[in-house]
Amino acid sequence: MSSRSAIDSVPNALATPDTVLPVTELGLKDDEFARIKEILGRRPTSCELAMYSVMWSEHCSYKSSKIHLRQFGEKVPPEAARILLVGIGENAGVVDIGQGYAVTFKAESHNHPSYVEPYQGAATGVGGIVRDILTMGARPIAVMDSLRFGPADAPDTARVLPGVVAGIGGYGNCLGLPNIGGEIVFDPSYYGNPLVNALSVGVMRADGIKLATAPGPGNQVILFGARTGGDGIGGASVLASATFEAEGQRKRPSVQVGDPFAEKVLIECCLEIFAEDLVAGIQDLGAAGLSCATSELASAGTGGMRVVLDTVPLRDPTLAPEEILMSESQERMCAVVEPSKVARFLEICAKWDVNATVIAEVTDTGRLEIFWRGELVVDVPPRTVAHEGPVYDRPMSRPVDLDALNADDASALPRPSSAAELRATLLLLAASPNLADKSWVTDQYDRYVQGNTALAMPDDAGVIRIDATTNLGIALALDGNGRYARLDPYAGAQLALAEAYRNVAASGARPLAITDCLNFGSPEDPEVMWQFTEAIRGIADGCLALGVPVTGGNVSFYNQTGSTPINPTPVIGVLGVIDDVRTRLRIGFASDGERIFLLGATGLEFGGSEWAHVVHGHLGGRPPKVDFAAERALAAVLCEAASGRLVSAAHDISDGGLAQALVESCLRGGRGVAVTLPSGLDPFVALFSESAARAIVSVPNTSVPRFAELAAHHDVPLASLGTTGGAVLALTGLLEIPLTELAAAATGTFPALYG
Amino acid sequence: MARVVVDVMLKPEILDPQGQAIVGALGRLGHTGVASVRQGKHFEIELEGEADAVALARVTELAGSLLSNPVIEDFVVRASP
Amino acid sequence: MTARVGVVTFPGSLDDRDALRAVAAAGAEPVSLWHKDASLHGVDAVVLPGGFSYGDYLRCGAIARFSPVMDLVIAGAREGLPVLGICNGFQVLCEAHLLPGALVRNCHLHFTCTDQRLQIENTSTAWTSAYEAGAHVVIPIKNGEGRFVADVATLDQLEAEGRVVARYVGSNPNGSARDIGGITNAAGNVVGLMPHPEHAIEELTGPSSDGLAFFTSVVKALVSV
Repeated sequence: MSSRSAIDSVPNALATPDTVLPVTELGLKDDEFARIKEILGRRPTSCELAMYSVMWSEHCSYKSSKIHLRQFGEKVPPEAARILLVGIGENAGVVDIGQGYAVTFKAESHNHPSYVEPYQGAATGVGGIVRDILTMGARPIAVMDSLRFGPADAPDTARVLPGVVAGIGGYGNCLGLPNIGGEIVFDPSYYGNPLVNALSVGVMRADGIKLATAPGPGNQVILFGARTGGDGIGGASVLASATFEAEGQRKRPSVQVGDPFAEKVLIECCLEIFAEDLVAGIQDLGAAGLSCATSELASAGTGGMRVVLDTVPLRDPTLAPEEILMSESQERMCAVVEPSKVARFLEICAKWDVNATVIAEVTDTGRLEIFWRGELVVDVPPRTVAHEGPVYDRPMSRPVDLDALNADDASALPRPSSAAELRATLLLLAASPNLADKSWVTDQYDRYVQGNTALAMPDDAGVIRIDATTNLGIALALDGNGRYARLDPYAGAQLALAEAYRNVAASGARPLAITDCLNFGSPEDPEVMWQFTEAIRGIADGCLALGVPVTGGNVSFYNQTGSTPINPTPVIGVLGVIDDVRTRLRIGFASDGERIFLLGATGLEFGGSEWAHVVHGHLGGRPPKVDFAAERALAAVLCEAASGRLVSAAHDISDGGLAQALVESCLRGGRGVAVTLPSGLDPFVALFSESAARAIVSVPNTSVPRFAELAAHHDVPLASLGTTGGAVLALTGLLEIPLTELAAAATGTFPALYG
Repeated sequence: MARVVVDVMLKPEILDPQGQAIVGALGRLGHTGVASVRQGKHFEIELEGEADAVALARVTELAGSLLSNPVIEDFVVRASP
Repeated sequence: MTARVGVVTFPGSLDDRDALRAVAAAGAEPVSLWHKDASLHGVDAVVLPGGFSYGDYLRCGAIARFSPVMDLVIAGAREGLPVLGICNGFQVLCEAHLLPGALVRNCHLHFTCTDQRLQIENTSTAWTSAYEAGAHVVIPIKNGEGRFVADVATLDQLEAEGRVVARYVGSNPNGSARDIGGITNAAGNVVGLMPHPEHAIEELTGPSSDGLAFFTSVVKALVSV
């Protein structure tokens, strides 16, 4: 880095072409450095090197994933043309939900920082995704999170989980965003590499969308929000692009620290600015801070910008210009404002006590020029920084152990057969960490703030009322399954998509679009790259089959310690719309004496199942079959049943099979069931198989004929299971478990583990 | 420039669960012989000018009205060398 | 004449819009008040809403209580203006010494959001007259610093004078002394409540509609004046 006395300006770089720069230290390869010199026609200055190094890192440039992600733009479902207002490539996708409303949503990962500093890592993950939503012009209205940790009883999980949960709650609650759902999964695969995927959603009028562009020479660029300090310097390129070795602790100074109060006032300030139409473009500062904001805004606009770095308000006056450019201090935004609107913009910021400074001007030079102490320290074509980074086509190969893994059929494992064994298995699964009651976690999240939450965990989806007059609402579900994807990344990714899609439908909403968070090991491992490309292919094909476009998402590579990658873990967030939010469906059985039906077909499918995992510690075989036609039909039945008020409760079937669905619906509704398992199927299979495209519903007697007709109309197999009522979960001729015993098993696990 | 330090502690009769959690953590880390821990706040105030009697009186007033809640907290003010 | 009920927004207030909605649902005219306002705009009652004013920095409500609008609220309260402090608002009222005691960190150290059963014990206040004495209600509670503390003499006085407005029933979510969830001043116009009645005004989004009566009480009181 340059010393404080000698500035490494552009003229200086021209005059000293042989100066040795810390290229490798900053994470750049030799060929990448050579390309930079080629672009500039000289060696880069230290500031330019800093910018290229952060922006060309895996985390910012997506160099290993870009060519594969193109499939999402190529295999676009025809439905996209109707509903997609902003697609992939912006800060977040935007979907038209009708009645003049647009919804923007996205999921993002903050995995490595959460391992290093669980509270701040998770907190700043929430902060970052919320800013992405805000910067599209929307009021953020909810958050969700998908969390994965090592074994629940591992010492490091006890270190990481409570901090992550406290961080998500601490930041999200203070922002005033209800947390409406998500998932928590434990698996040895994530030991040392926890996954923290955060989703946020916002709403705005369809004509109020803001884009990250810097149009019009002469427009002013205003940096507003928190002051810039030394947070996360090199965090993006250093942390996310490197796997953890034993000296993980050394990375600590690179973690960002969040201030949710600063972001809350920033949100209110931005919304007032948007309401008065004061910005021509706006970008939030996330990974790579100012390097990213200036180069991306400039690239999307006239292509030219002139920045005076000295004007950046600093928290730490000793920062060098390279550090200012790389800083990842949180809660900052960059707006492009016409000169006539600057005064009003600054006035609104002053009202909210938000720091705001003009730091740059849009030019027509086609160059991003940055000055420090009167000297030119950066002079680059912005597109080369922001969009023309390296593109890799990394080698890939199918994992050599996959055939053996698939041949190790889970159906061959010893299974429970007696009634006593089945009873014990059901309770064991219900109490297992992946399936147990998660209130210890979810009670730390505010679900009520903003007063529009119509549904939240542990029901199947989060549902938010958008319009109090028309009762228009949206639904969101966030799901993944690393074990299925390990057995078959293509099918596993599709099953995650199917599960989130099914969950949205089970709440009574019509699935519309998706966001994805792709968590994988090192892209330098050909087997991981194969898993990655298979997963993307699976999602793209699945979205086409289901008619739901990908609106945007996030890739997180390098989730591995040493040479063992995590299970490939694509996490899918599905957004749906519900015409009348009052018709949304809970999972809990609502009244006694209603008929319970099983929708969908059950087969012998145990590959990657919870039963195999909990009882046998086994991962092998093939994941359940994917049938998108069946998922679409099931979703149609659930949506129409909800809007027609034919059913009083619905619950999708996924991890743990039918047994777990019954357990959850009984406990949630506070009433038991008397169920006779369908004949022709081994009770063990009926209870614990994880065949996809299935759900259970509770139907009032008077609605049964019409409901049966609806299912038949859509060709969805229907089996009558029994009736609701009583204080026990009873499987006729097999077992009976009092709800009190069931509740004790399900609710005791987390408090026992985490206090 | 003079520095004045204000230390604020919960009154002894107020339950301090954060302090208790710290004792628990110390125990789990293998430290013995810790009877109790109470957690407080430490404020460092840089004054323009001397930390004379007038300045200290001002800080004391500040300490009692803003920096601490007299219902539940006690405070101590001292000039720092 | 429609009653006008003001809801103050401090930097960091979160449940202000929900309080405004509850006021409207109760049949009064909701009026937004800004923390820097130099007047109360002729409102007949004031709600200090929930949230994290000033990020809960220093102490919850410690900075908000010095806002310009609070000078007017304090002066008005002394003259009998009905004031309801919800959660962070309750914290502000205690910091402003309009109510005794203080709210500190939950005993279990976690932020907790649950549906809490309460008993409404004092139905003579401006904010609880629409309840039956001893009524049990279910209202969301969501906070990290909701534990009510006060010295023994103060607690005894509150009990003796019947100034405990709401008491936790079935479970104490935060370790509050005497299971106290809400209190009132001697005159009965200032009420502090930890749970959030504005989140229990309709079955669609809340555990019940039991909270609406806090707002209809004050409307009743104002209209009948």
